[in-house]
Amino acid sequence: MSAVLQQIVNQPYKHGFVTNIESDVAPKGLSEDTIRMISAKKKEPAWLLEFRLQAYRAWLLMTEPAWPNVHYPKIDFQAISYYAAPKQKPKLGSMDEVDPELLRTFEKLGVPLHERMALAGVAVDVIFDSVSVATTYKAKLAEAGIIFCSMSEAVLEHPELVKKYLGTVIPTGDNYYAALNSAVFTDGSFCFIPKGVKCPMDLSTYFRINTEESGQFERTLIVAEAGASVSYLEGCTAPAFSSNQLHAAVVELVALDNADIKYSTVQNWYAGDENGVGGIYNFVTKRGLAKGVNSRISWTQVETGSAITWKYPSVILRGDNSVGEFYSVAVTNHHQQADTGTKMIHMGKNTRSTIVSKGISAGQSNNSYRGLVKVAPTATGARNYSQCDSMLVGDKSGAHTFPYIQVRNPTAQVEHEASTSKIGEDQLFYFAQRGISAEAAVSMIINGFCKDVFQQLPMEFAVEATQLLSFKLEGAVG
Amino acid sequence: MINPNSPVLLEVHGLCASVNGIDILKGLDLTVRRGEVHAIMGPNGSGKSTFAKVLAGHTAYEVTAGTVHFEGQDLLSLPPEARALAGMFLGFQYPIEIPGVANSQFLRLSYNTLQAQRGREELDPLEFDDFVREKMKLLEMSPDFLDRSVNEGFSGGEKKRNEILQMALLEPRLAILDETDSGLDIDALRIVSQGVNQLITPNNAVVLVTHYQRLLNYIVPDFVHVMEAGRIIKTGKKELALELEKRGYDWVGAEHAAAGGARTREVSA
Repeated sequence: MSAVLQQIVNQPYKHGFVTNIESDVAPKGLSEDTIRMISAKKKEPAWLLEFRLQAYRAWLLMTEPAWPNVHYPKIDFQAISYYAAPKQKPKLGSMDEVDPELLRTFEKLGVPLHERMALAGVAVDVIFDSVSVATTYKAKLAEAGIIFCSMSEAVLEHPELVKKYLGTVIPTGDNYYAALNSAVFTDGSFCFIPKGVKCPMDLSTYFRINTEESGQFERTLIVAEAGASVSYLEGCTAPAFSSNQLHAAVVELVALDNADIKYSTVQNWYAGDENGVGGIYNFVTKRGLAKGVNSRISWTQVETGSAITWKYPSVILRGDNSVGEFYSVAVTNHHQQADTGTKMIHMGKNTRSTIVSKGISAGQSNNSYRGLVKVAPTATGARNYSQCDSMLVGDKSGAHTFPYIQVRNPTAQVEHEASTSKIGEDQLFYFAQRGISAEAAVSMIINGFCKDVFQQLPMEFAVEATQLLSFKLEGAVG
Repeated sequence: MINPNSPVLLEVHGLCASVNGIDILKGLDLTVRRGEVHAIMGPNGSGKSTFAKVLAGHTAYEVTAGTVHFEGQDLLSLPPEARALAGMFLGFQYPIEIPGVANSQFLRLSYNTLQAQRGREELDPLEFDDFVREKMKLLEMSPDFLDRSVNEGFSGGEKKRNEILQMALLEPRLAILDETDSGLDIDALRIVSQGVNQLITPNNAVVLVTHYQRLLNYIVPDFVHVMEAGRIIKTGKKELALELEKRGYDWVGAEHAAAGGARTREVSA
C-alpha cells in the first residue's frame, strides 16, 4: 500500500470520549436472578418476565454460532453487566431537565438535539445506555394516533400491543444472540402506526453505549397497521474503550396490508484501535415481517463501526405482492470484521425483493456479504434481484461473498450480480494530476460506489452518512 | 512559436529515473519556453511516456538523478497534486476509468480546486454545467458525457477528447500530451488537434509525446526531439518529423553513435 493510502488510513476515531454521568450498574453475571432483577427494576408485568425466562432457558441450551467469517476470543457472558441506567432525576418535564452533560455529548457528536428537533422535524427518542431519558415530539405524534416511545414505557402503557407483537417476528429461541437479547433486553424503541396513518415525520433514535463493559441489549418493535407508513432512522456512535463491548440488539418490524416501513441505520460504533484492540461486538438480529398484501419493508444500512459486525436485516415476504428491500454499505478498516447481508424469504405470490450490497475493505479488515434468497413453493411469480459489489483498498484487506439461493417454485426469477474492484494507485494519481487530494479522491470514489445505497437514505441522513463515510474514508480508505 | 526571449517554463537537466529498479531515463535534458510546442518522438521503450509520468510525479517512478524546474520552482520536491496546481497538466495515454463517479462531478471538483488555487471564483453545479457545455462544443462532445462515469465505457477516442476537455477547463501553463493521437480515427484526430490548437497561447506551452508524424500535421511543433534509451539524442525543427516518417528512427541512433554519443551523460552528472 502506498504511503498516501497508509497515511489516510490511520486517523483516530473522532467520537472517542466518555461522558461522566453516574451510572447505576448491575453486578456482573447472568442468571435467572439477574433477569428477575431487571424485570423488577422495570416494573414489568408477569408475562414479560415469563418471556424473558423462557428465552434464557432456551439460550442456555444453545451454542454460539461458529459459521460467520469472523474471529474473536470467546465471550465470557458472566463478565458482563446486564443493566446500566444513568442516574436521573425522577421526572423529566421538559428537555431543560435533561442532564446537561448528556446534551453536551450529543453536541460533541455533532447532533445538537435542540437543532435536530427544531430544524429537522425529527422526533428523537434518545437512548442513553439502556434507559430513555428524553422523548420528544411525542405529543405531536400522539395527535396522529402514533405511539413512539421507549420499550419500557410501552410495556407499562401499551402492554396489549407489545404482548401482541413482541417476539412474533423473531421468536425468543431464534438464534443465540436473539435469545440472549430476549432474556435481558433493557430498553429500546416502540413504534406503532395505526391503520391508514402516514407518519408525518421521520422517527429517529440515537443509540449510544456509554458505560464500559455494560452489554447493550436494545429491543425495538415497529408495527405499521393496514395502510400505514413510517420511516425510521437509527444512528449510533460510541466512545472509545479499550475492552470489547457486546451489543446484541433485536429489531422486529411488522407491516400489515398495504403498509410500508422503511428502516435506515447509520452505525459508527467504536471499531477498536488500529491494532484491533477494543471495539464493539455488534451481533444484531433484525427482521421484518411483510405480513399483509402489498406491504413493503425496506432496510437501508450504513455500517462503518464495530470491531465485529454480525447482522442480517431480513424480510419475510408473507403477503401476496409484498416487497422486501435491503440496501447496505459496510465499511471495514484496520482489523475490523464484518459478516453482514440479508435474508429474503419469499412466501406470498408475486413477492419481490431487491438486494444491493456494497462492501468496502481497507487496512487488514475482512468484509463478507452473506445473503439468502429463499423462494418457497407457495411463492408463485417471486422475483429477486441481488447485486453485491466489493471494493478493496490496499492489498491486505479481504472481501468475500456468500450468496445462498434456494428456489422451490419454478416460476421464480432470481438474479445475482457481483463485482470486485479496487481503488488503485493509478486512480489516485489521475485525481492528483487534476489537483485533487487523495482524501478527496477516495471520498469521491467511495461515494460514487455507494451512490445506489445512499439514494435510499432519507435526505438529511444521507448527508450525515456521506460525512461519516468521509471520516471513515479519510480514516479508512482510504 | 519560437521566441528566445520568452521566459523558461520547464528546465530539465540530466534527469534519470527508474521503475522497479530498472533505469529508464538516463540523463535527459530539455528546455521549454512559454509559447512553444515541442514534440517528443522515438521508438517504443525509449522512455517517452516515462518522462511524461515522471514530470507529473507518478509514484511508481523513482528519480535517481537530475533536476527539473518549473517556472523556477523545484518540481521534483512537489507531490503530484501540487504540480497540477502549479499549472502542469498531463494528458494520459490511457485515461483512467473511475466507476461510479460522474464525469461532471469530477470535472467540477478539479476545476474548482484549480480556481481556488488561483484565487478565482468557483462555480456551483449549475454555473459549471453551462461553462463545461461551452467547452465541450470545442471538442464536439455530446453533453451526455457529463452524466457518465469518468472514462468508464468510453471509446479510445472519447477518452482522449475527455482529456483535452480537462485541459481546456484547467488552462494549464504546461500541457504534456502523452500519445493523445493513439487510438484516434482521422476525424477524431482532427477534432482533438483543433481543440489543442485553440488552447495554445503565447503564455503556455505544449509537449506532445507521439509515435507518429500525422499528429504533427495538425499541431505544428516548434521543436522535434528524438528519444532513445532514455535520452534526447537529436533535436530539430518540424521538418525532422517528416524525415523520421520517411526514414524511421534507426538512422538517428546510428548518427548519434557515430558522433560518439556526445550528449550521453553519466548518471552522476
